Amino acid sequence: MTNRLGYGGLLVLLFAFAFLYVPIGLLVAYSFNASKLVTVWGGFSTKWYASLLQNEALLSAAWVSLRVAVASAFIASVLGTLAALALARYGRFRGRTAFAAMIYAPMVMPEVVIGLALLLMFVTLDVERGLWTVIIAHATLGMCFVAVVVHARLARFDRSLEEAAMDLGAGPVQTFALVTLPLIAPAIVAGFLLAFTISLDDFVLASFVSGPGSTTLPMRIYAQVRLGVTPEINALSTLLLGFVGVVVLLGLAFGRLLRRRG
Amino acid sequence: MSGRRLTWPQRLALAAPYLWLAVFFAAPFAIIVRLSFSQSVLAQPPYAPQFDFGAGLADVLERVREFTVDNYALFFSDALYVQSYVSSLRIALLSTALALAIAYPMALAMSRAPARLKPALILLAIAPFWTSFLIRVYAWIAILKDEGFLNAALKGLGVIDAPLQIFATEAAVVIGIAYSYLPFMVLPIFNALDRQDRSLVEAALDLGASRASAFWTVTFPLSLPGVFAGALLVFIPAVGEFVIPDLLGGSDTLTIGRTLWNEFFANRDWPVAAAAAILLLAVLVAPLIFFERAQMRAEGRR
Repeated sequence: MTNRLGYGGLLVLLFAFAFLYVPIGLLVAYSFNASKLVTVWGGFSTKWYASLLQNEALLSAAWVSLRVAVASAFIASVLGTLAALALARYGRFRGRTAFAAMIYAPMVMPEVVIGLALLLMFVTLDVERGLWTVIIAHATLGMCFVAVVVHARLARFDRSLEEAAMDLGAGPVQTFALVTLPLIAPAIVAGFLLAFTISLDDFVLASFVSGPGSTTLPMRIYAQVRLGVTPEINALSTLLLGFVGVVVLLGLAFGRLLRRRG
Repeated sequence: MSGRRLTWPQRLALAAPYLWLAVFFAAPFAIIVRLSFSQSVLAQPPYAPQFDFGAGLADVLERVREFTVDNYALFFSDALYVQSYVSSLRIALLSTALALAIAYPMALAMSRAPARLKPALILLAIAPFWTSFLIRVYAWIAILKDEGFLNAALKGLGVIDAPLQIFATEAAVVIGIAYSYLPFMVLPIFNALDRQDRSLVEAALDLGASRASAFWTVTFPLSLPGVFAGALLVFIPAVGEFVIPDLLGGSDTLTIGRTLWNEFFANRDWPVAAAAAILLLAVLVAPLIFFERAQMRAEGRR
């Protein structure tokens, strides 16, 4: 097949990717701006990164966010994998339709609605809001994404491998641990990463369900952004972009390693 | 319809995610519905203790039982609320259209690119999705502001004399939403276009169709399922969006999401916020059902 892209197509791609990446590029470039004005270049400087390290409030919020993201992604991975197994392997069990609806609905429901609903739930149960309520909120959203990613993987792989293990005398638990789990491990890793980044990025859910002392990084960033654009936020954004980029790349590499061994 | 019987280990494995979703997704949802019909007085004071939930669930339910539709009536009688409803839909439609206008040519060019470049192009199209949403929206503030990059560039080129006022308007919100959700639009369209049998277009050309008419009579109609899926994936989150209208829009850019937020956080009127949530879902019911059906169908097809 010949290349039919042509100059017009090339131009379109150039424009489209410029649209996607120029805003992020400008943000990163101006984090090294010496001038306090965000849009006027005043020479190269890393002073904003230095002042970032002195910002106690931001650092503690980052620490909160990191703990919430790890914990909620872990819970989401376990629950989401179990949910995917049920959807893919249990046939038409009773309540499946309702179960599937509960898996898909949170992904398309507006975050403001989920956040408000969860908060009302916590208030009804008289649960004190804090780190754990944020973790629960993020785990709930994250598990749905994990379920979809793992389900897609389960649907694709050859079921006869599991049946062969069973025929050879492995019990259901053994079959799962020795055959199914290694096969879906890359998908679980991908799901974990997705849940992790969703949690790290979430502002709306956290705003509803967090309590005193559990202010997350996006909540801090939001509060500062509303006051205006500052080079410090640019620096923070750049670090965050780099951090997520490294985590995702490491995760993908790890997933590939698992796949090769599996 | 009798369901399949599950073994005990299966039941145990299913119970964890099932119960979790029932407690943290389905039940809260039922509470919202109830609260949306309850008296505002119940929630006048700011926080939880005054809410009297501490006094016990029975007491709350007792009060909630005093049903009222006042919260809903408010939305249809107060011009401000009606406006937020209408402008939410308008913003969502416009941003879906803008995303489509950018994504379609992009997806078309991607599908025509050499096969060895396609994985890289797909990765490039998705990668921004992995970066922080908040940061991507923030980036646009610096671009669209009166003294921002866009105005500076246009002034430098001599296109304009006075800065364009885009920031803090509905236009900025539309641009922000289209930008943030672009990957959702590009991928389904690309998949639909990439899967097409090229020989169909060649047949049309052989039969004397011009390139343009071959596109409009063959390529485009065949890509419609992808367009439809992409449009839903942008439209649904756009209607309920809060962050983008709040950061890029002006104080007069009202949306349902913002109304809900303000009623809850600023006015402390929880029942009205709950009613806003229900009305927001009402707008989304049709597209949501459609989306669920499509999901189920895709699941059944395998």
